[in-house]
Amino acid sequence: MFKKNMAPRRTQQVRAGPSTEQSYVYKVVLLGSTAVGKSSIAFRYVKNDFRESMPTVGCSFFTQLVCLETATIKLEIWDTAGQEKYHSVCRLYYRGANAALLVYDIARKATFARAKLWLRELEKEFLHDEIVIVLVSNKTDLAAQREVTFEEAEEFAKSRSLIYMETSAKSNHHVTEVFMAVAHKLLKQEQQKESALQHQPWKKSRVDLREPSNQTKKCCMN
Amino acid sequence: MAADVHKKKGWEVPNGSLVPTDGQPMERSESPTPGLVQGTEPGAGQEGGMFVHTRSYEDLTSPEDGDVASRSPEEGRGDQADQTSMAHISKDFSELSTQLTGMALDLEEEMRLSQENEMDLSPQTARRDSARSEKEDEDVTMEAWRMHQKHVFVLSEAGKPVYSRYGSEEALSSTMGVMMALVSFLEAEKNAIRSIHADGYKVVFVRRSPLVLVAMARTRQSEQEIAHELLYIYYQILSLVTWTQLNHIFQQKQNYDLRRLLAGSERITDNLLDLMARDPSFLMGAARSLPMAAGLRDTVSTCLQQAKAKSLVFSILLSRNQLVSLVRRKDQFLHPIDLHLLFNLISSSSSFREGEAWTPICLPKFNSSGFFHAHISYLEQDLCLLLVSTDREDFFTISDCKHRFQERLRKRGVSHALLEALRTPFYSVSQVGIPDLRHFIYKSKSSGLFTSPEIEAPYVSEEEKQRLLELYQYLHSRAHNSSRPLKNIYFTGPSENLLAWVTSAFELYMCYSPLGTKAAAVSAVNKLMKWIRREEDRLFILTPQTY
Repeated sequence: MFKKNMAPRRTQQVRAGPSTEQSYVYKVVLLGSTAVGKSSIAFRYVKNDFRESMPTVGCSFFTQLVCLETATIKLEIWDTAGQEKYHSVCRLYYRGANAALLVYDIARKATFARAKLWLRELEKEFLHDEIVIVLVSNKTDLAAQREVTFEEAEEFAKSRSLIYMETSAKSNHHVTEVFMAVAHKLLKQEQQKESALQHQPWKKSRVDLREPSNQTKKCCMN
Repeated sequence: MAADVHKKKGWEVPNGSLVPTDGQPMERSESPTPGLVQGTEPGAGQEGGMFVHTRSYEDLTSPEDGDVASRSPEEGRGDQADQTSMAHISKDFSELSTQLTGMALDLEEEMRLSQENEMDLSPQTARRDSARSEKEDEDVTMEAWRMHQKHVFVLSEAGKPVYSRYGSEEALSSTMGVMMALVSFLEAEKNAIRSIHADGYKVVFVRRSPLVLVAMARTRQSEQEIAHELLYIYYQILSLVTWTQLNHIFQQKQNYDLRRLLAGSERITDNLLDLMARDPSFLMGAARSLPMAAGLRDTVSTCLQQAKAKSLVFSILLSRNQLVSLVRRKDQFLHPIDLHLLFNLISSSSSFREGEAWTPICLPKFNSSGFFHAHISYLEQDLCLLLVSTDREDFFTISDCKHRFQERLRKRGVSHALLEALRTPFYSVSQVGIPDLRHFIYKSKSSGLFTSPEIEAPYVSEEEKQRLLELYQYLHSRAHNSSRPLKNIYFTGPSENLLAWVTSAFELYMCYSPLGTKAAAVSAVNKLMKWIRREEDRLFILTPQTY
């Protein structure tokens, strides 16, 4: 079973039985304006279905298991409400997140601006390598009413080194891919971290008490 | 219902002759502790109720503090005794959990300050763009708009629109300006406008600083009942933003556009208005419990009680606005209004059907200054679990309570029986065995619960169901008329006869076929009461549990 707590950066490794396959739990949060399709994206991903949904109240919580070749990942998806009155509590929901999907509606320019504001807020809360951020432009089925061009969004995403993807929860376009991209990216980061620890033991940040440290020697010399 | 005033007859029943358990009726305004009579009526819980003790309809509308009452004299006639117990509970609670909100302030202090400071505020004029949701906009100049049965408007004291049931608020800003002008005009004379009656319309005003609520109705409801509904709207708004925040905002900025903060929740208010028009719970000021075998309910309640956590205050299991079980923290009571607001929240959104929701919610009658966090999830198609916690960080703990509850249900092997009970949420009036009886509502005052059979023929169409509820509303308003309350009413209409009997312990409303006689109706009361007594452990929640 996965242990649950609310501590930030709670990436736990749980050995699944005798096999060496590893399990990870990651928190993914969906942020964005009202009616951009956050809940629809979550619903499409978890239930593979689409329905006109009502505005979310507070936030909804889903979990989804992703089985990759080398590891099993449990995504804890926090689908937040876009309404302003919940803005103050949103912090509660994105705190300690491993990934954030900034969702906007391609047919409404204002929602793109709002996504940028969310990014600024996340940048205040997290260090750059602490969180995987995906800019998700939803509702590609409304291409005729498009107000935000692909190029504009892509360029913005590139400048802030975000992952950029266009989706449509309604016509099931690239929704699963977004979450898979998140899962792969998180896993890659995890593996990089591990291999960094394995291959470069001198670079590990932890203090090992068993190792004689230079400081003691210095002390003696003083 | 037409020309009912002439057909209505006074009817006195010698008390005690009908039902042996009922003693002498007491005055409403006496102490809120249950007397000899109350608490022994059919449906009364064995260990006290689950709710804040409300003895009468007027209690529900009584304001939570004196200051508000003085500002809006039309509502200031409630039982004072209950207010003090309410204030006491709120106080206890704010001491209990300070982490509830950063804004938890002494309510009275805040109130006094708000009054003193109100005049000193310099109006700021920065107009903010409101995030409008895609609310269906109706043309307010059209005849169809005028034809609605009941309009409800909410505006700020600066005359700014906050909510309109039909049509967009922008289009109505001048209309709302007129409403505010009417309110202010009378206030300048140290007076208050309560209602306008003209041309079959009732325009009812409720003042709850910093908001003004106005209803324009063509329904047969009394002014008092319309005001009661407006108060529900007020509490609904409080449940989203808290009283403290609402006052704080308007102290900072008198002409604040509240729609900005309420954007996306109009449908919750819409739903509340629709629900009040068809669900007698609001009229009764009580909750309807889902009928089920007492043993089953007790097991379910025990499972719910065992799945507790430190921050849990209320665990509520419900099915389509009917209460299955409610477990509360010892010495914490839920107010029926708060429960209705929770029911409304859940029924107004399909978004709770998927996943687990975690949302801040203020229970204004419990504590209007802070937010609880509610964990809402559906266990089955029509079975919703609502866990109210004081700690917003406790999502995973509370989520775990849900799993533990489900686990216990499975272990005890009652899941199946519970589902079976959900499949039959109503009983037929024919079970009572009174041939002329078509429908009834019986409310046990001490438990805050009521029971009522399924509405059957001839009330099949929506209009007919609506008409039946309107008849009950009419009887209710006569029985609870603030200037001339009635204890017994026998009403002869063209399509049915109705009987109402209100005592200190219970309220009973019965609907008979029009062919029956008054004598038969009166003798049927006894039979019905005996039946309810016999079935009370199934119809009511007699053993409410605490953590």
